[in-house]
Amino acid sequence: MPDSFVPSPQEILRILPELVLVLAGTLIMVLTPLWRRQGDGRFGVLSLGALAAALVATVAAHVHRGPAFQQMLEVDGFATFFRLLVIGVGGLTALLSLPYLRREQAEPGEYHALLLFSVAGQSLMAAANELIMIFIGLEISSIASYILAGYLREDRRATEAALKYFLLGSFATAFLLYGVAWIYGMTGSTHLGEIQAALTVAAPPPSELLVAVAAAMMFAGLAFKVSVWPFQVWAPDVYQGAPSPVAGFLSAGPKAAAFAVFLRIFLTAFEPAAERWAAFVWWSALISMTLGNFAALVQSDIKRLLAYSSIAHAGYVLVAVTAHSEAGAAAAMFYLAAYALMNVGAFAVVAHLARKGERYVEVEDFAGLAVTQPGAAALFAIFLLSLIGVPPTAGFFGKFYVFKAALDADLVGLTVLGLLNSAVGAYYYLRILVVMYMREPGEAAASAPAPTSATRVALWICAFGTLLLGVWPSLILGSAERAAAFVR
Amino acid sequence: MNAVPLSWYLILSAVLFSLGVAGFLVRRNIITVFMSIELMLNAVNLSFVTFSYQFKQADGHIFTFFVMVVAAAEAAVGLAIILALVRTRRTLEVDEVNLLKF
Repeated sequence: MPDSFVPSPQEILRILPELVLVLAGTLIMVLTPLWRRQGDGRFGVLSLGALAAALVATVAAHVHRGPAFQQMLEVDGFATFFRLLVIGVGGLTALLSLPYLRREQAEPGEYHALLLFSVAGQSLMAAANELIMIFIGLEISSIASYILAGYLREDRRATEAALKYFLLGSFATAFLLYGVAWIYGMTGSTHLGEIQAALTVAAPPPSELLVAVAAAMMFAGLAFKVSVWPFQVWAPDVYQGAPSPVAGFLSAGPKAAAFAVFLRIFLTAFEPAAERWAAFVWWSALISMTLGNFAALVQSDIKRLLAYSSIAHAGYVLVAVTAHSEAGAAAAMFYLAAYALMNVGAFAVVAHLARKGERYVEVEDFAGLAVTQPGAAALFAIFLLSLIGVPPTAGFFGKFYVFKAALDADLVGLTVLGLLNSAVGAYYYLRILVVMYMREPGEAAASAPAPTSATRVALWICAFGTLLLGVWPSLILGSAERAAAFVR
Repeated sequence: MNAVPLSWYLILSAVLFSLGVAGFLVRRNIITVFMSIELMLNAVNLSFVTFSYQFKQADGHIFTFFVMVVAAAEAAVGLAIILALVRTRRTLEVDEVNLLKF
């Protein structure tokens, strides 16, 4: 038992990124009625400032890394990697939201507050080392994202997206919780390290069947958040109905944080049972890739297409998880970072072209964009090529490391099927490129306004990051490898 | 004191959870679907309390409080979303919420 419940300064420092985000979010909510009349740019600036401060706090926390709050949090390289990733995604989303909120004449204060809360939840998930903490982080992130998905509450598609996201999300959470309850019942602990110890050395060992059932239920809960089979059905509807910047956010931030939790739980607590869950994750990875890629082939709505492609990409990351090795964890981390950059960038272009009320979101609407806006088209091309996995982009090295880790773990069949899947995936991305470059400009491209400076900055950051990781992958691969050392 | 074996509570919890899952999958009214989720969460709470009693620990009880707080937050957000939905389309049937599909 701890002798004092007063947190030490070091513990405060280790949770500082979340504190900064939550305090800034609360401040924005207080200021919302006061600033109502004075332009809407202020909230965006405040939100971006808070995210920048959280980045600094993350680095400061990493300098003084270690456990905090009776080991409920573990601030290590892994936590810092994912904290930087989700806060970065939050920053890009906040940038994209500035022109979006102005265009839709939506209330900016609440939006930015919810965005900050959601990022705070994800950042907490990245550092959580204990099932209660993971659950709380997951719910802070999810509840805020439910509202963000339906932020335009007069819009019928947005409210439908929010309802589906909310109902299925809560359903999945209940499964996760029931799994947690059973794990607690079998091991007497919710701390990941103690669970691992209990599953390895306890005498008598807990029933294998019950452990498998509990692990399956926790897998179900997390599979929803990362949108892999068999809990991927919500993704296309939600991405299509949600505001474009939010869809980009959902495909990168919550997904990365949920994968962080996924890696931590399955590679530490459930590592003793790896033989059993690896078989199931193998199938989940394969079906997610195949289903995502083939369904994306026939989509005409670009947000829906990107949603199916996001299911496929989550499948690629699962391939790395199936390897359950240090290299696999590092590859998954690299892939998530690369995916966040290229997908948020792609959604930024979609949000830019869509106009008020998300009017132009068909693939056909991109016809001739290369003629009317060569800059935006070129950046979109970079993101699409990276999503295909063409060198020298981040997507290429992401896939390369994932499949290399899979091969090292003797997953030859899954690697071959994954590579075939990438070839299928190339088709629908190339289709967008062809429409963009080979067609005469249509109504949407001809009437597209110049991108706002905020959109421009976000696009350039994403494109620069995508190319930088493509020519210099060791920039973050090295830290990912060091961070993944927690495995065994 | 301990007239009722602890395993009965766990069985009751499993039955309640299954009823919640069945309700979620079968019922067509959004409010009923939402109530099914709450039933699942409370079934989980029952399990936590039982295990906690068995281990003579406080952890499970504390977890129950967290689950209740989160469930309350979820209920607030969920009802708000349902309200927004009813305002835009005047229905509470899950099957009629079908604008977005393949």
